[in-house]
Amino acid sequence: MAAYQTQGFNLDNSGRRVVVDPVTRIEGHLRCEVNIDSNNVITNAVSTGTMWRGLEVILNGRDPRDAWAFVERICGVCTGTHALSSVRAVEDALKIQIPDNANRIRNLMQGALYAHDHLVHFYHLHALDWVDVVSALKADPKMTSELAQSISSWPNSSPGYFRDLQSRLKRFVESGQLGPFRNGYWGHPAMKLPPEANLMAVAHYLEALDFQKEIVKVHTIFGGKNPHPNWLVGGMPCAINIDDAGAVGAINMERLNLVKQVIDQTRAFCEQVYVPDVLAIARFYPEWFKLGGGIASQNLLSYGDFPDIANDYSEKSLRLPRGAIINGKFEEIHPVDLYHPEEIQEFVTHSWYSYGDDSKGLHPFDGITQPSFVLGPNHKGSKTKIESLDESAKYSWIKSPRWKGHAMEVGPLARYLIGYHQNKPEFKEPIDQLLSQLNAPKEALFSTLGRTAARAIESVWAAQEMQRNYDALISNLKNGDTATANVEKWDPATWPKQAQGVGFTEAPRGALGHWLKIDDTKIASYQCVVPTTWNAGPRDAKGQIGAYEASLMGTPMARPDEPLEILRTLHSFDPCLACSTHVIGEDGGELVSVQVR
Amino acid sequence: METFYQAMRRQGVTRRSFLKFCSLTATSLGLGSAFVPRIAHALETKPRVPVIWLHGLECTCCTESFIRSAHPLAKDAILSLISLDYDDTIMAAAGHQAEAILDDIIKTHKGNYIVAVEGNPPLNEDGMYCFPGGEPFVEKLKRVSADAKALIAWGSCASWGCVQAAKPNPTRATPIHQVITDKPLIKVPGCPPIPEVMAAVITYMVTFDRLPELDRQGRPKMFYGQRIHDKCYRRGHFDAGQFVEQWDDEGARNGWCLYKVGCKGPTTYNACSTVRWNGGVSWPVQSGHGCIGCSEDGFWDKGSFYDRLSRVPFGIEANADQIGLTVAGVVGAGIAAHTALSAIKSTVLKKQDLKPLDPATKTDAAEPAAPPQPDEANKTTEEQK
Repeated sequence: MAAYQTQGFNLDNSGRRVVVDPVTRIEGHLRCEVNIDSNNVITNAVSTGTMWRGLEVILNGRDPRDAWAFVERICGVCTGTHALSSVRAVEDALKIQIPDNANRIRNLMQGALYAHDHLVHFYHLHALDWVDVVSALKADPKMTSELAQSISSWPNSSPGYFRDLQSRLKRFVESGQLGPFRNGYWGHPAMKLPPEANLMAVAHYLEALDFQKEIVKVHTIFGGKNPHPNWLVGGMPCAINIDDAGAVGAINMERLNLVKQVIDQTRAFCEQVYVPDVLAIARFYPEWFKLGGGIASQNLLSYGDFPDIANDYSEKSLRLPRGAIINGKFEEIHPVDLYHPEEIQEFVTHSWYSYGDDSKGLHPFDGITQPSFVLGPNHKGSKTKIESLDESAKYSWIKSPRWKGHAMEVGPLARYLIGYHQNKPEFKEPIDQLLSQLNAPKEALFSTLGRTAARAIESVWAAQEMQRNYDALISNLKNGDTATANVEKWDPATWPKQAQGVGFTEAPRGALGHWLKIDDTKIASYQCVVPTTWNAGPRDAKGQIGAYEASLMGTPMARPDEPLEILRTLHSFDPCLACSTHVIGEDGGELVSVQVR
Repeated sequence: METFYQAMRRQGVTRRSFLKFCSLTATSLGLGSAFVPRIAHALETKPRVPVIWLHGLECTCCTESFIRSAHPLAKDAILSLISLDYDDTIMAAAGHQAEAILDDIIKTHKGNYIVAVEGNPPLNEDGMYCFPGGEPFVEKLKRVSADAKALIAWGSCASWGCVQAAKPNPTRATPIHQVITDKPLIKVPGCPPIPEVMAAVITYMVTFDRLPELDRQGRPKMFYGQRIHDKCYRRGHFDAGQFVEQWDDEGARNGWCLYKVGCKGPTTYNACSTVRWNGGVSWPVQSGHGCIGCSEDGFWDKGSFYDRLSRVPFGIEANADQIGLTVAGVVGAGIAAHTALSAIKSTVLKKQDLKPLDPATKTDAAEPAAPPQPDEANKTTEEQK
């Protein structure tokens, strides 16, 4: 590849190549290759999904009412959001109206997923990019306590608390068996936190690990388990019984009290621990409000979610913003139509699939996926021992979705930037507050830490939204409405011969859509376009790079052999690779063999 | 169980080299020389069992489930019970720093580490439907398993194949026991398995230094020896002929039996109805949805989750409707049929030979290993021009 320009970036792969594989602390399998110049600045980035499971061909011919369980297994991290998209797609296709209580319970579960997913992402998948665990051993517990108390009213903040924690950490380190902290980037020159901040963060890493399991109890109550709770086409399977003798076998006041308690705890943890920690850490890394922006300042997409009116998935009903921003024109929010054949299209020019004509894109209703594992002429290594990939050819199991031809970034930052520019106070006010606390301009949001901060803020929003839906559910119960399922069209005999529908959510990581066709009561086609496909996808027919690749451009690396900077920015998207790489079309049964040119 | 120090001595490492290793460990952690004796002491006394947790074709629900454990807390399991040295989902290191850990564990803990596998390898396309680190996952799995003490097949992917192996299994996703055939292996199926069951299996292995007793299919009897249906709290409604006929009907609101809306509890061996989920808060049947049988082999291909079980060996399909009409007369027959089935099942559960996990009883004498130099990992990287 010669050097070329796209979307304002100069791509040049002539410098030294650095390979990071596996990219850890993500869901699934991601590989990243970059080229760096003589100053160790990234001049080219290559994002590769390295797994493919083929779930959609498995769905063909199955009962659409079962589909939620299959697609839920696309991802156990954002568990439930695929299932929710699926039941919505079937309900859209069959014109099934769900009761308001079912909508409220679904929103409660989606809100719990948001809070859980964001929290675990920050503390357990992202924090070790910023926090030096070994440095925490040098901290003064008293000063750590002062730091903690200066940023939050969270009660676990005494000198004794941090001293005990530090002692345990010391014993752990002295054992010589560092477990998951082994070979971490301790002492790396890009690590900037003082020991006290590191100790506080390690304490909260462990507290968050203890606490996250509480949040998911909302899923357990309504869906029976987590990960992978149960759902139902037409509503929710958990019946409600508030008054009768049989209430102990249903959702009753005791169950609802537990939900309420989890909501309160979740909000407290996000407000008093998560958000203050992100702010405290961010203050030591001001340069990361300038790095890692990629296409965040140009193209953003959100489908919206959390319908406030059951069965109304239009912008007016959706509590999360819906719309698209292109070419950095933030004053113009474009409407998004998931049915329109020219809006959302997937390209496979650089993906290991073949359309026949790989220069064109296909709308998901017309999506086909023929695997075609061919390594480009400039790859290094062998077909089963890849040293480096050739990005001029096919190089990823992820497709490249485009909106009206544009590469888009999706996720919490996209949602907040769209909501901000729709002048919605619930999105604008916390962002303005954040920027004023950091004394930073709005442009600071287009960055690695911009994504991380937006996600933190959104966790509080999610807890509040859970409360809102809980209150609405209680209000319905007060009015005597306990319905949770609409079974009018449960029997496939009531269905039309052919139907098609779209179900969407905003997964924690961004816009998620499922496109479904039903023929003679069975699934005839099932296509998913998921958040990490949008963000992590490879180049398209025009050579446009995706959000991951763009975000790494121009980033200086302190020690290219220890790629902490790459991890920071990739993690800021919260990668979910099992989600992004499962796609296969209805004719995917015939699989071609590996070819190496 | 031998300590880390004993393991190193057994491999021909001198005391001097061992102390050098301790010194290098202290240095690589940024600790002073004062820590060297303490590290040495710890390694000489009570090591935690190294665990390598691999991910193939999967969805990470098993890891997510594991960190939900309430007793022990995931925090305590990771800090005090095992040494989770490699798990791509939570480990700090990435790329070559991560892969260097694998090489080091294989070398320095030869025969003494546990490989926990989440997901499974695809065998089509030369294994390239999953190639973490640039190589087929199946090769990584074989390489890492070769010197393992035992394998844990987490969840239904590793145990049976699960969703990506559902028909027509386009990637030829293959369960672990079909790929690794020469190691003690325990299956902990479920999609995912119950958090506390996962933690209990690991705790059992570490505490008693052996695999728990397994059934003929390789599952621990203590958690997979009985059907959901056997211990279901709604069983009384089954026996009384009180069924949910349709979602959100009177039966659903009264917590009646879900058999007629497809519950697979009568054919599913798991601990959900006793251990329950997420700290005992609930479980699928308690929350109104039938069991989908997610811990059973091939559960994706046994018809709709909402089809009434028709192949239940005790012929309850014929009885259920009758039960609704004439309760008393049929209950006895139903119970008798259950008893008979349990008897049949128990005869086929052959007591599996328990392979001791104590490395002292193993005969594969380890080759003398060079003193490990963990700090080298941070210096290596792959690069190309």
